[in-house]
Amino acid sequence: MKKPVKMKKTTPKKTTLKKTASSKAPRVKAGQPRGARGKAAPSYDPQWLLGLYRKMVLIREFEDRVKFLFLEGVMPGTIHQYQGQEACGVGVCAALRPDDVITSTHRPHGHCIAKGLDVHSAMAELFGKVTGCCKGKGGSMHMGDLSKGIVPAVAIVGGGLPIATGMALAFKMRNEKRVAVAFMGDGASNEGTFHESLNMASIWDLPAVYVVENNLYGASTPVKMVVKAEHISDRACAYRIPGVTVDGNDLLAVYEAAREAVERARQGKGPTLLELVTYRITGHSRRDPCLYQPEDERKRALANEPIGRFAKHLLAKGMAEPKDLDAIRESVKAEIETAVKMAMSDPDPKPEDTMEDMFV
Amino acid sequence: MSTRRLGIAEALREAIAEEMRRDKRVFCIGEDIGIPGGWGGAFTVTLGLEKEFADRLVNTPISEAGLMGAALGAAMMGMRPIADVQYADFLFCAMDQVANQVAKMRYMSGGKLTVPMVMRAPVGVTGRGAQHAQMMEPYFLPLPGIKIVAPSTAYDAKGLLKAAVRDGNPVLIFEHKLLYGSKGPRTETGSVDASSDIPDGDYTVPIGKGVVRREGTDVTIIATLLMAHRAMEAAGILEKEGISAEVIDPRSLVPFDWDLVKGSVAKTGRVVTVEESPKRGGLGGEIAATLAEEMLDYLVAPVKRIAAPNTPAPFSPPMEKFYVPDANRIAQGVRELIAIS
Repeated sequence: MKKPVKMKKTTPKKTTLKKTASSKAPRVKAGQPRGARGKAAPSYDPQWLLGLYRKMVLIREFEDRVKFLFLEGVMPGTIHQYQGQEACGVGVCAALRPDDVITSTHRPHGHCIAKGLDVHSAMAELFGKVTGCCKGKGGSMHMGDLSKGIVPAVAIVGGGLPIATGMALAFKMRNEKRVAVAFMGDGASNEGTFHESLNMASIWDLPAVYVVENNLYGASTPVKMVVKAEHISDRACAYRIPGVTVDGNDLLAVYEAAREAVERARQGKGPTLLELVTYRITGHSRRDPCLYQPEDERKRALANEPIGRFAKHLLAKGMAEPKDLDAIRESVKAEIETAVKMAMSDPDPKPEDTMEDMFV
Repeated sequence: MSTRRLGIAEALREAIAEEMRRDKRVFCIGEDIGIPGGWGGAFTVTLGLEKEFADRLVNTPISEAGLMGAALGAAMMGMRPIADVQYADFLFCAMDQVANQVAKMRYMSGGKLTVPMVMRAPVGVTGRGAQHAQMMEPYFLPLPGIKIVAPSTAYDAKGLLKAAVRDGNPVLIFEHKLLYGSKGPRTETGSVDASSDIPDGDYTVPIGKGVVRREGTDVTIIATLLMAHRAMEAAGILEKEGISAEVIDPRSLVPFDWDLVKGSVAKTGRVVTVEESPKRGGLGGEIAATLAEEMLDYLVAPVKRIAAPNTPAPFSPPMEKFYVPDANRIAQGVRELIAIS
């Protein structure tokens, strides 16, 4: 995992996607990242980069705190966590506008926070409280809030892809310049809905981006056992759409690839299959000791995890001092603690609330 | 008010066209639905609509899960899709999208979003064997989160489809192949006339309201779709024998018009349910259980269920005839009830 994963293009048409941007001339000058326009921007705004860094740390601290609460037996249910994959969600969502939409998976906490869900609303949902983003009716695997552009997460592998495709269809029919992103794991690329969705999006040139976070394992099954293709993005050629593989632990590489794909979608040029190669440094679900991950592979993965890598980048470029990053982590921890305290003291739903939000 | 005599396929076509004219958010999505020179869906319901609504007849690949999920996504973004699966049997291909996504999305969101979509699905045991001719209602009855309607007349078909489009929640409409009245090359052998005088102008039929097709005092026969027509025939036979049968067509399966059924049972004390699908796990069992729980004092005889056997739909005509309840079987069931009570 140390060396960056080679980018591979499978589109028959030429695309202009650049190699990882973190070591190249930054492109955006200030404030918001550039979604739809502009290639000329001279540099990334340091404050914006620190914002992305903070978001990754927010997800990591959220997940670590949730794991602790869970193992303590304080938190109900089951969890699938995102530690190690933060650059994927944060990098992709940094390329989106607030009115763009995403579908997520059984592992949704990172996507939700990256797209703008506040941590209290997320934490309260995990505790099953009425203040949760789904009023306790969703739980970990259905976390979401459509007002933030997050469809309640679809926990059936591959189930979100047709939905994202349909959202993109609605945008196209109404001529709205919005984009739908379907997040999925490597496992989803073996589902029938993957084929049905990419095919429809391709023939209709829909404003959709299909993002595969390839963390190398479907639960405990190594991806190489179940995928013959060298890259999952190779499958894009079957749909005559761009297929791109980038290092999913390189935040700015993810951002640049996503920006390109989102821009292409927004301009009406159709969908992209974007594969982000990453690694899950936590278990598949609760209490998974990851015995199927070889020790040396885990070691390399930990050394390659995205937050530490991005911190090094920020320090090397002189965009932050160690104390700045420490301050970010402290402020994140405080935010999480506040969210936990609030969520734990928030009211439970009444048992009979079960009957609400139904219509038949 | 003037009227026109239309079959179910024509009435549904009119309903779709009128709803698309009324509301730009309404669109059709499905296989073979809007190909010039094509069939207008498997049973001509959307025939010719592409001329007026070229952009709103979305012809999909053969991708049932994909198109149902796409309809869901579009609905959540504020569109009003009418999704069509050609044959209801193919709903199994889309079952995750329908049962896990469409039905549950509003609930999982804590009621923060709605899914205003219609699913159209042709049913009916009609000479096609096990995979293109089964009744699908029993698979969906227990599923919270989807309304289900099943019109047996053209009037109800038009009114229920319009109500479904405007409902704001997922509505599944089962249409019967022998009742469509499809014309031309898509004419169905063994068709039954389900045409109605359709009034000019807008109307809807409320979802969840059944109708008494024929009043009677001795027994209540409950049947939908083709079986509602067979039940009417049976009532005619029984009348000649001095038995007065009340025929109820629930029209909606979910929600179900319990008030109408209970009111009738309070009057007759006897109930026969009729289903074209296997008896095991069907609507008749649900009706019988509910009446046993809530109306036992009124029943003078056990609830009688007339249904298909617990087999796949067979192909060969003699076996198919054995499989599908007809007027004589319904009448015989009523006679048996009368005999013991």
